[in-house]
Amino acid sequence: MGVIPFLICFPFVAAVLMFCIRVNRIRNAVAYVSAAVIMAATVYLCVQWLIGGAGKIRLYYHTEAADRIILAAELILMCVVTWLCFKYRRWYISFLSIVPTLGIAWLELFGPEMTEYNRIYLDHLSVLMCLIVGIIGSLIVIYAVGYMHGYHHYHTDIPDRRYYFFMVLFLFLGAMFGFVLSADLLWIDFFWEVTSVCSFLLIGYTKLEEAVKNSFRALWMNLLGGTALAAGIIYYALKDGNTDLQTMVWSGSMFQHAALVAVALTAFAALTKAAQMPFSRWLLGAMVAPTPSSALLHSATMVKAGIYVLFRLSPALRGSLAGSMVSFVGGFTFLAASFIAIAQSDAKKVLAMSTISNLGLMTACAGVGRPETIWAGVFLMIFHAISKSLLFQDVGATENSLHSRDVEEMQGLLYRLPRLAIIMFIGICGMYLAPFGMLISKWAALKASVDSRNIILVFFICFGSATTTFYWTKWLGKLIARSSKPVVKDITKTNEMISLGVHTVLMIAVCALFPLLSKIYVDPLVSDMFGEAREVIPTGVLYLLVLLILFFFAVPVLAYVRNKHMAVNRKLSYLSGINTGNNDAFVSAYGDEKKLVVSNLYLTKAFGVRRLMVPCEAITSAVIIVTVAMTIGGAL
Amino acid sequence: MTTAVRVIFVVLYVLLAPLIGALLAGIDRKISARMQRRIGPPVLQPLYDVIKLLKKQVIAVDRSQGFLIVSYMILTVITGCLFFAGVDVLMVFFILGTSSVFLYLAAVVTGSAMSSMGAQRELVQDMAIEPALLFSAVGFYLATGSFEVGSIIGGPVSAIVKMPGFFAAFLFVLTIKMRKSPFDTAQGTHAHQELVKGITTEMGAKNLAYFEITEWYETVLMMAVVAIYIINSHPASIIAAIVVILLVYFLEILIDNTCARLKWKDMLVLSWTVTLISAGVNLILLMVI
Amino acid sequence: MANVKRSPWILHYDGSSCNGCDIEVLASMTPVYDAERLGVENTGDPMQADIFLITGGINSQNASVVKQLYDQMPRPKVVVAVGICACTGGVFKDAYNILGGADTVIPVDIYVPGCAARPQSIIDGIIRARDLFQKRSEEHDALMKKKNLERRQA
Repeated sequence: MGVIPFLICFPFVAAVLMFCIRVNRIRNAVAYVSAAVIMAATVYLCVQWLIGGAGKIRLYYHTEAADRIILAAELILMCVVTWLCFKYRRWYISFLSIVPTLGIAWLELFGPEMTEYNRIYLDHLSVLMCLIVGIIGSLIVIYAVGYMHGYHHYHTDIPDRRYYFFMVLFLFLGAMFGFVLSADLLWIDFFWEVTSVCSFLLIGYTKLEEAVKNSFRALWMNLLGGTALAAGIIYYALKDGNTDLQTMVWSGSMFQHAALVAVALTAFAALTKAAQMPFSRWLLGAMVAPTPSSALLHSATMVKAGIYVLFRLSPALRGSLAGSMVSFVGGFTFLAASFIAIAQSDAKKVLAMSTISNLGLMTACAGVGRPETIWAGVFLMIFHAISKSLLFQDVGATENSLHSRDVEEMQGLLYRLPRLAIIMFIGICGMYLAPFGMLISKWAALKASVDSRNIILVFFICFGSATTTFYWTKWLGKLIARSSKPVVKDITKTNEMISLGVHTVLMIAVCALFPLLSKIYVDPLVSDMFGEAREVIPTGVLYLLVLLILFFFAVPVLAYVRNKHMAVNRKLSYLSGINTGNNDAFVSAYGDEKKLVVSNLYLTKAFGVRRLMVPCEAITSAVIIVTVAMTIGGAL
Repeated sequence: MTTAVRVIFVVLYVLLAPLIGALLAGIDRKISARMQRRIGPPVLQPLYDVIKLLKKQVIAVDRSQGFLIVSYMILTVITGCLFFAGVDVLMVFFILGTSSVFLYLAAVVTGSAMSSMGAQRELVQDMAIEPALLFSAVGFYLATGSFEVGSIIGGPVSAIVKMPGFFAAFLFVLTIKMRKSPFDTAQGTHAHQELVKGITTEMGAKNLAYFEITEWYETVLMMAVVAIYIINSHPASIIAAIVVILLVYFLEILIDNTCARLKWKDMLVLSWTVTLISAGVNLILLMVI
Repeated sequence: MANVKRSPWILHYDGSSCNGCDIEVLASMTPVYDAERLGVENTGDPMQADIFLITGGINSQNASVVKQLYDQMPRPKVVVAVGICACTGGVFKDAYNILGGADTVIPVDIYVPGCAARPQSIIDGIIRARDLFQKRSEEHDALMKKKNLERRQA
C-alpha cells in the first residue's frame, strides 16, 4: 500500500511546484498532470484495496519520523496563522491556534507514554472519502485552470495570484487525503488544522475588505472547533493513554466517561467544520471566494470532513447525550437553513444555504447513529458531493457568461445558454427531486428517527422537507420559463466543460446505479461500522425509483427538443388583452409600453437571514453549551 | 396482499379512478348549486367539459407545456398506482410532491405573468400541505408498525382510533389539496377569481383536460388515504370507510361554500399551525405512550 | 360526434358598457336564472372559453384588446354581442370615440339586443350560440380529419 503515503505527499509536492512556477502555461500543464496523477492514484488505491478483499486495513505502526515531521509542520502552521493574525490586526484569533498547538506539542513531547496503534486505517468509509476527494477534487482543479483564467480576465482589479491559489488547492487536497486516511487522533488534528487554514487562505484570496473579514470569521470558527478537538484529544490521551480514533469510538459506545467527553468535544469540532448552526455564517461568508474553492472546499469535500468525523463517531453517539446534541443541531440546521434559502436569490447563496441544510440532515443522520441513518447519510453525502460540486462549477461558468449569478436573471436560461442550463437542471434534479438524493435520505432518516423515538427530529424533517422543495423548484422553474431576453454567448472553456461533463455523467451514473451501489458498497460500509446491515428499501422499489429518476432527467432535454420544432398554433400569453405581442410587456393606461417582470416569491420578510439567523444561532448555541457542559459535568 | 390482488387494485385504479373522480366532481357541483338554491349542472358535467376540451384546437404559448402536463398526469397516476399496489405510504407522499413539480413547471414554462403567479402560490400550497401528509405517514407507522398499506388496513382496530389528531390535520390540508375555498388561491373553480385561472391560465383544450383528469386521479388517491384511516381487518369497516369518505367530501363542499378566500400567507401559517398542534400533539402522545 | 354543446364556457368582456348589460350577464348566472344548468361556466380566460360575450361598444382603446382576446381563444369559437351598444354602438354610436358595435373588429355571430339586455334574452343568446358552437365543432373535426388524412398520405 505504498500508494497511501504517495497520495498524501504528492499534493504537497505539487503545491510547492505551483508556487514556484510563475509561467501560466507551464503551471497549467503541471496542474493538469498532477490532477490526473492524483485521480489515477486514488483509483489505484481503491482497486488495490478492493482486490485485497475490501476489508478493514491498519497500516504503519512505527512512524517516529513522520510523527516528528507532523509536529514540526504543526508548529510552522501555528506561526503562519499567528503572523497573519497580527498582520491583519486580529491578534486575538491567534490564541485559538497557539493554545491547542502547544497543548498537542506538550502531549507529544512531554506527555505520558501512550499505547501505540497504527497510524493509517482503511475501510469503506475512508476509501469512499478518498474517491470523493480524489476524483471530484482533481476535476475541480482542471475546472479551476479555465475558470481562473476567465476570472482574472474580468476582475482586473484583483491581483493575479494564481500560483498561490493553485498552491493552496493542492495543499488542501493533500491534507484532505491525510485526514480521511489517518487513524491517529494527533494526525487527524494536524490535517484538520491544515484544511481550516487552506479554507481561510482561499476565502481571503481577493484581499478585498469583505473577503478578509469573512476569511477571519471562517478562521476563528474553524480554529474554535480545532481547539475543542485538541482539548478532547488531550483529555482522552491523559485518561485512557492512547490516541486512536477507533478505540475512542469503541470506548464511547461502551459509555466510558473519558471517551464520552472526548467524543462530545470532537462532535462539537465536527459541527463547526460542517458549518452547523451557530457556526453557519462562515460558510455563507466563504462564498466571496472564487468559485472553484467554493465547489471544492465549501460544498464537496472540506465541510464533509465534519460529516466524516461524525459518521466515524456515530456508534458512540447512539443513545448518548452528545448524540442528542448532534441530531438536534443537525435537524434544526436542516430546517432553519432551508427556510433561509427560500429568501435568497443569489444562486451561490442558495447553494450555500442548501449545503448547510443538507449537511444538517447528514449531521442528524449521524447523531441518531443507527445503521439505516448512516446508510442514508452516506448516500446523501455521495449525491451531495457530486451535485453540489457540479452546481457550483456551473453557476461559476454561468456567471462568467451571463455576468450575473442572480436566479432571477436566469429566466429562460434553457434557451439562452442551453449547455450550462441543462447541466444545472440535471444537478438540481439530482439534488432534490424524487426519488434520489434528499428524498431517499429524508425517507430513511424519518423512519429511523421514528424508530428511535426522536420526536423533535421528526418535526424538523417533516417541515424541512416541504421548504426544501420550495426553493429548488423555484429555481428549476426559472431555468425553464420562456423569456424574450437575448441569447447569451457561451464562453465556457473546454477544460471547464470537461469537468462539468464528467460530473454530469457521474451524477446520472450514480442515480442509475443506485441499487447496485447500495448493495456492493454502502451496505458493507454500514456493516463495517455496526457489524450489521439492514435492507433499508426493498430492491424492487429501488428499481422502480431508478426508472423515475431517468424520466426526470429526460424532461428538460425533451422539452428543449420539442421547442426547437415549434412553429404552429402559437398564441400570446394572457395579459388582459393588452399584451404588446412579445409576452414581455403590456400597454399601460397612458398607451406606452411597460416591461413585465415575472419574479419568484422570496418571502424575505418572514424567512430573511436578518430575521432568522440570530434566534436560530441563539437556540443552537444554548443546546450545544448545555449538552457539552452536561457531558463534561457527568464525567467529572 | 398477494400479487394478483395488487395488480387488480392497480388496474381498477387506473380504469375507474377518473370515472369516480368525475362523478364526485359532478356531485360536488350539484350539491354546491343546491346549497346556493340553484338547479345546477348535470352530474356528468365534468365529463362533458373534458370531452369538449379534448376536441378543441390546441394552441399554446409554449409547446413544451403539453409535454410537462402529460408528465404531471403520468407521474400522479404512477403515484396512485404505487399506493394501490401497497407500496410504502411515505414514499407515495414524497413522489406525489415530486409530481406536482411538473405542474409547476408546466405553468411557468410559458413565462406568463398570471400563470407564473398562480404557480408560485401552488408551490406555497404544496409547502403548506407536505408536513401534514408526512406526519400522516409517520402516524400510520406509529399506530400500526408499518408504512405499507396492506399492513395498515390489516390491523384489528382502525388507525383513526389512535390518530385522530393526524386525521384532523390531514382533513385540513385536504381542503388545500382539493383547491377548495378558503384555500383556492392558486386555482379555483369559482367564478370569483383573483388571478384569472391561476396556475391553469395558459392551459387550454387538451392541456386543461389532462389537468382535470389528473385532479380526478388525485381526488381518488386522497380519498383512498382517508379510507386507510378507517379500514381494518373487519369487512364491515369498508362500508364505514365509504360513509366516512362521503361525509368528508360533503364537509369539504360545505367549507367550500361557506368560507371566503384567505390570503396565501394566512393559509401557510394556519395550515402549519394546525399540523403542528393537532398532528404534533397526537405524535407526542403516540411516541410517549 | 361528441356533444360539445353541453359545455359552453364563456368569456365575458366589458367594452365601453355602462355596466347595465354586465350586471344582467352576471344575473343570468345567479340562482334565479342559473345558466350553469346548461353547463355554462364563466371563465375569465380566453384560452379556456368557447363563447365570447361582449357588452358595450368598441372604442379606439379597446379595439385591439377585443381583437387580442378573440385571437387567444382556441377554435371552434362563437361571439355573442350582448346589448344594443355591442350590437351597433347604441346611443353612443355617434360619439367621437366610438367605432361602432363589436362587429367592427371581430366577426359577431349572435346579436342579443336590449338596453339592458334581459337575462332571459342573454340565456337565449347563449343557447343559440352553443348550437352554433356544436356545428362549428363538427366542421372543425371534419377539417382536422381531412388534414390528418392529407398529412398521412404525404
